[in-house]
Amino acid sequence: MSSCHNIISLDIPYDGKKLVLVGNPNVGKSVFFNALTGIYVDVSNFPGTTVDISSGKYNDLYVMDTPGVYGVSSFNDEERVARDVILNADMILNVVDAVHLERDLFLTQQIIDMGIPMIIALNMMDEVERNGLSIDVDKLSKELGVPVIPTTATKKQGIHIIKTSLHKACTGNKIKGIDNLLDEVIDKVSVKSEALLVLEEDENVCSRNNLENKYNYREHIYKIRRERVDNLVKDTVSETNEGASFRTKLGRYMLRPLTGIPILCLSLYITYQLIGVFVAQTIVGITEEVIMGEYYYNFIMNLMGNFVSETSFMGLLLIGEFGILTMAPIYLLGLLLPLVVGFYFILSIMEDSGYLPRIAALTDRVLTSLGLNGRAIIPMILGFGCVTMATITTRLLGSKRERFIATMLLGLAIPCSAQLGVIVGLIAPLGGKMVMLYSMTILGVFVITGTILNKIMPGESTDLLIDLPPIRFPILQNVLRKTYIKSKQFLLEAGPLFVLGAIIITVLQYTGALEVITNSVAPITEGVLKLPKETAQTFIMGIIRRDFGAAGLNTLSEAGLLTPLQTVISLVTITLFVPCIAAIMVVFKERSMSESALIWIGSFVISFLTGGLLAQIML
Amino acid sequence: MNLDYANKGQIVEIINIPDASIRAQAIRLGIYKGVKLLCSEKLPAGPVILQNRMQEIAIGRNLAKKISIKTIV
Repeated sequence: MSSCHNIISLDIPYDGKKLVLVGNPNVGKSVFFNALTGIYVDVSNFPGTTVDISSGKYNDLYVMDTPGVYGVSSFNDEERVARDVILNADMILNVVDAVHLERDLFLTQQIIDMGIPMIIALNMMDEVERNGLSIDVDKLSKELGVPVIPTTATKKQGIHIIKTSLHKACTGNKIKGIDNLLDEVIDKVSVKSEALLVLEEDENVCSRNNLENKYNYREHIYKIRRERVDNLVKDTVSETNEGASFRTKLGRYMLRPLTGIPILCLSLYITYQLIGVFVAQTIVGITEEVIMGEYYYNFIMNLMGNFVSETSFMGLLLIGEFGILTMAPIYLLGLLLPLVVGFYFILSIMEDSGYLPRIAALTDRVLTSLGLNGRAIIPMILGFGCVTMATITTRLLGSKRERFIATMLLGLAIPCSAQLGVIVGLIAPLGGKMVMLYSMTILGVFVITGTILNKIMPGESTDLLIDLPPIRFPILQNVLRKTYIKSKQFLLEAGPLFVLGAIIITVLQYTGALEVITNSVAPITEGVLKLPKETAQTFIMGIIRRDFGAAGLNTLSEAGLLTPLQTVISLVTITLFVPCIAAIMVVFKERSMSESALIWIGSFVISFLTGGLLAQIML
Repeated sequence: MNLDYANKGQIVEIINIPDASIRAQAIRLGIYKGVKLLCSEKLPAGPVILQNRMQEIAIGRNLAKKISIKTIV
C-alpha cells in the first residue's frame, strides 16, 4: 500500500489509484465489486463475519472492498480494517441503501467530512417505491455535493452509469463548523483524511500520528452530523403511504417469541435435516468412505508403500492410522469439508436474508443470563456443525469476557455434527427416557456453567445494540460465493492443525505414551464412572477426533459391554469432554495460554464430575 | 423513566444514554438525545425494538434499563 501506514498489505503499486467500496452491511456492495472487477468476493451482512478485504482491478483503478460498517471508527475489528482502507483511498464508491437513508448517510457524510472524493450509488431503488417512499435524487446530490446515481444492482440497473461516471467523483459539502477544527490538526497528521478521525477521538489514529487523544470532539461532531443527515432525509425523502409489506410482517413474526421460537425451531430442524442427515450421512458416506476412504486411501497406500514400510516410524507418520497423508486428508476433505460447506451455505442464507440479527434479538434474553448476548447465538449454532470453526467466530463477540464464556461453553457442551451423528445413532434405540436423560444433562451443564461463569467472572458483558436489516430473499450467487470463500478459509486455517495433530498422535502412539495414558486413566473409568476399562481408550480417541470416541463406544455397545445407562454416562462424558484436537489447537490460537489451559482442564473436570455424579446416582 | 418501561406502539424521546461508547455507536444508528422514535416491538424480558421510519434497532433489555426517555404518545 502506498501510505506509510502499511496495515493491510495488498499488491498495489505506490502510484496506483485506489477506488474503495464503502457501505453499511447488506447494501449490495459486492455486486458492484463483481461488476467492476469480475472476481469472486465475500459478501456479508452480519457484523463480525467479514474482516477480509477483496481487491481487483478496473481499468487503471485498484478496486478494494471493505466490510460493511456503520461509520469510520474503531469499535470493532471490521471497523478498524475498513477505516484503514478508507483512509488510504483515492476515491470512494459509497453504496447506499435507498430505503435506509437515515442510517446509511451517516457514513456517507463522515467520509465527505474526511475530504475524500466520492460518488454515490443509491442502491435498491426498486424497493423505494414498494415501501411507499419517493426520493428527490437531484436535491440529495446537490445537498451532499457529490454525484448520486440511482441503481438496482441485483437487476443490473444503473451499474453501467456508475462505471462511466467514476471520473466525476468529487469532495462534497462538509458539515458546518468543522473546517476550523480540522485546521487545528491537519498539519499534525501524515494523511490528510486522518485529521477528522483525530478530532473524533480514534485512539489508533491518534497514537500512530503521535498525538494525544485530547480533542474530545467526537460527540459534538457526531451530533451535528446526525442532525444534518436527519434534515437531509427530511428534505429529500417523502413517504407516499404506509409500506407494511409481507416481509415487514415476517420480520416481526421472527422476533416475537410466540411465532419466533417455532420459526427458529423449524429453521434448525431444516438445518439438521440438511446438515445432520443429508450431508453428514449421505454425502459424507460417499466422500469419506468411498472417495477418500477407498479410492484415495488405496491410491496413497500403493504410492507410498513403494517408499516406506508401513510399520516404520516414517511409515506411521505418513500413512499410519493417524498419518499425515491418511487420517489428516481423509478427515479434513472427506468428513469435514462437506459439513463445513453445508453449514456455511445455511449460514450465508440466514445472513443474507436478514434472519440472523433477528435470531440474535430473539435469543438475547436467554443468553444474557449466561453472560453473553444475542450475538453469541452465531458461534453456538455453528458449533453444532464444527466446534473448531465456531471457536474462530467467537471473535465477533464484544468483550474478552464474552469470548471466554462462549469458547468454554462451545468446547464443553456443544457436540459437533460428526459426533452428533454417532450419538444419535447410539442413543435413539435406547428409548425416549435415555434420550431425555442425555439431553437434559448436557443442557443442564450448559446452563449451569454459563450462569456460574457469568457470576464469578469479573466485569460485565456488553449489551445488545443491533441493526435489524429488512428481510430479503437471498441471491443464490452471493450465497454460493460466500460459502466458497468461507470454506476455503476454513481449510486453510484448519489444514495445518490437522497435520500437526497427526504428528502428535503418531509420536504418542509410537513411543507407547498413548498406552501409558490409557492405563493411567483406567482407575477413573472403572472407579468413578463405573464403566468397563476399555472405555478409557475410547476417551483418548475422543480427544483426537470426537466422533472416533463416540464410534469407539458404538463398538463397545455392540459387543454388549455397555448397558443402556452406561452408554448414556459414557456419551455424556465424551460430549462434555474436551473437544477434538483441532478445536483444542484453535482455542490455544484464539485465546491466551492461561485461558486455554483453564478451558481445557475445566472441561476435563466438569465432564468426569458430571459423568461420575450420574454414575453414582443412577448405577 | 427508562426505555425498558416503554410500551409497544409508544413514541419515545431519548433523554440520556449514560455510556460514552454506546452513545457514539447509537448515534450512528440514529438513536441520540432528543430524537423521537417508535417502540415497535418489545420482547418479553428481552430486547426493545426502536423504529425510525424504515430503520429498526434491537436494544438489549439491560441497555434499555440505562437509557432514559420521555414518552410522547
